[in-house]
Amino acid sequence: MIDVGESIARLVRPTLRTCLRGMLLAVTAVARLPLFVASLVCVLLLPAGLGVVLAPKSLLAVRRQASLQRRWALEWSGVTIATPYRPRSAKPANRLFLAFRRCGWVLGDPATWRDLVWTLVDVPVSGVLGLLPGFLVGAGAWTLGDDILWLAGWVGSAPHGFLVQVLLLGMLPLGVIAGPWLLRMHAAAASSLLAPTKKEMAARVGQLTESRWDAVDASAAELRRIERDLHDGAQARLVALGMNIGFAEQMVRDNPDLALTLLAEARASSGEALSELRALVRGIHPPALAERGLDGAVRALALSLPLPVDVHIELPGRPSAPVESAAYFTIAEALANVVKHSGATRAWVQLEYDHGRLVAIVGDNGAGGANPRAGGGLQGIERRLNAFDGTVAVTSPAGGPTQVTMELTCELSLART
Amino acid sequence: MRVVLGEDLTLLRDGLIRLFTAYGMEVVAAVDSGPELLRALVHHRPDVAVVDVRLPPTFTDEGLRAAIQARTQLPALPVLVLSQHVEQLYAKELLSVGTGGLGYLLKDRVSDVLRFIEAVRTVAGGGTAMDPEVVSQLLARHERDEQLGRLTSREREVLGLMAEGHSNAGIASRLVVTEKAVSKHIGNIFTKLDLYPAEDANRRVLAVLTYLNA
Repeated sequence: MIDVGESIARLVRPTLRTCLRGMLLAVTAVARLPLFVASLVCVLLLPAGLGVVLAPKSLLAVRRQASLQRRWALEWSGVTIATPYRPRSAKPANRLFLAFRRCGWVLGDPATWRDLVWTLVDVPVSGVLGLLPGFLVGAGAWTLGDDILWLAGWVGSAPHGFLVQVLLLGMLPLGVIAGPWLLRMHAAAASSLLAPTKKEMAARVGQLTESRWDAVDASAAELRRIERDLHDGAQARLVALGMNIGFAEQMVRDNPDLALTLLAEARASSGEALSELRALVRGIHPPALAERGLDGAVRALALSLPLPVDVHIELPGRPSAPVESAAYFTIAEALANVVKHSGATRAWVQLEYDHGRLVAIVGDNGAGGANPRAGGGLQGIERRLNAFDGTVAVTSPAGGPTQVTMELTCELSLART
Repeated sequence: MRVVLGEDLTLLRDGLIRLFTAYGMEVVAAVDSGPELLRALVHHRPDVAVVDVRLPPTFTDEGLRAAIQARTQLPALPVLVLSQHVEQLYAKELLSVGTGGLGYLLKDRVSDVLRFIEAVRTVAGGGTAMDPEVVSQLLARHERDEQLGRLTSREREVLGLMAEGHSNAGIASRLVVTEKAVSKHIGNIFTKLDLYPAEDANRRVLAVLTYLNA
């Protein structure tokens, strides 16, 4: 008895789930229509200037909806639809230029327009494919219910003629069996517009190859720097330390004054070796980052600077280790620029997570006039962010204040804050 | 004794100058780059050159190459190479040019001041001073060598010390045996390795190193 109940439940639950998912597809498709209209209006507003800001905003909202469709296709039907979008350039720029570039990045991407077309096409597609499972199962179940009532003698006569009965009852198993297949059809239809074209795939592979070489280059240069720092720094100091102690050992009787000088130098050498090792370790992976994560490490960094730094961090989770490290070092480089060049008396750091992007803002009340194209620290930031499809925006009017906004794509682990 | 020093790190350069001066050597030139080193060596023709492997401008093995080049011009020039790590490959390259004294030591060895000064004097006198690290690398490479396998453990010890460049007397005092016992061991080593027995201590060292380097 229990077994029968369980096997019915095992049949009913997934069927119900499929029907509900189909309905959700249809409902969301209709609910997205205003977004479609809004996007069209924003694009039409482009010549008026306002569209430069609004069009990317609404088209990115369309993009997020498309991404949701991709996720559903994968989770519900096991259909993988790759993300087709072009990466953003991490080249530093001022804010106005960046707004134009962002507009070009969104509007210039054919995938954006395919998303938009899908928003419209999906209404009839999901109207049929999404609602059909629910309709078949619902109609079949309704007839079955009627028949049971009739057989039990609650209702006087058979509700329909025999042929209609068979047809209606047949809908139930048809709906149960065809439901998942219909959802897969929908996913396949979505894939035809939401997946990257062959050409886009090829272009992306090219970009990834390039950025991989950049990353490999950067890490090789980093290792070389570490080796140099150790060789000329701590290692050399330890050699000098040994030499001084050995020399002092020989001199202690004949020339105690020299021995004392040598020992004092040896002590200084050991202190310098340690502080060089510490600096090196900090440059590889700051201990505070290992111990406290990005939040704690940025706060620790802010405290160590010679000017007051306000820190505002709101992260609902922790990014992965490479992202934490990249974010930390970009913030550190931006703050180092503040200390070196701005002449500021105050600085601030703001770190937030918004729609899959980690946004870090470093500002100061200094002299301004920072040139994002002059290179220096900003190039280091760009290199680090490139691997994460990140961006850097600089606003620095003469007279200040200067603000550097860095964004990078990542996901947060929800576990702990 | 006149010394030319090639070392780019001020800290070590100044320390070495002070050390050499304290032990009665005269540092006639202390330079901090490969090209300058070569010029100084050819110009001063010192009694010994003390050279850091890594020097500007390339920060690669600039010092080593300058030393090798100087020895091709002045084969009798004694050279003591210092480095923070030892490579058998470098030892081999150094041994392949020139006839003058040759040393290749880890920089760590300067902390044993007396032995370091002794090594400098040995090299200046035409002798050899190989770092124990180099020698143990050389011996490790011959782990499966049949001929070397015939040596007793004592003979291996003697071979190691000989390769480092110690004299018979030095080996005897280190192993706390008589010089006569050492000569006997050395004789056995040469027989077992099929080496031509040489009376001159330095020629013997070179014979051993050449054998190990082959």
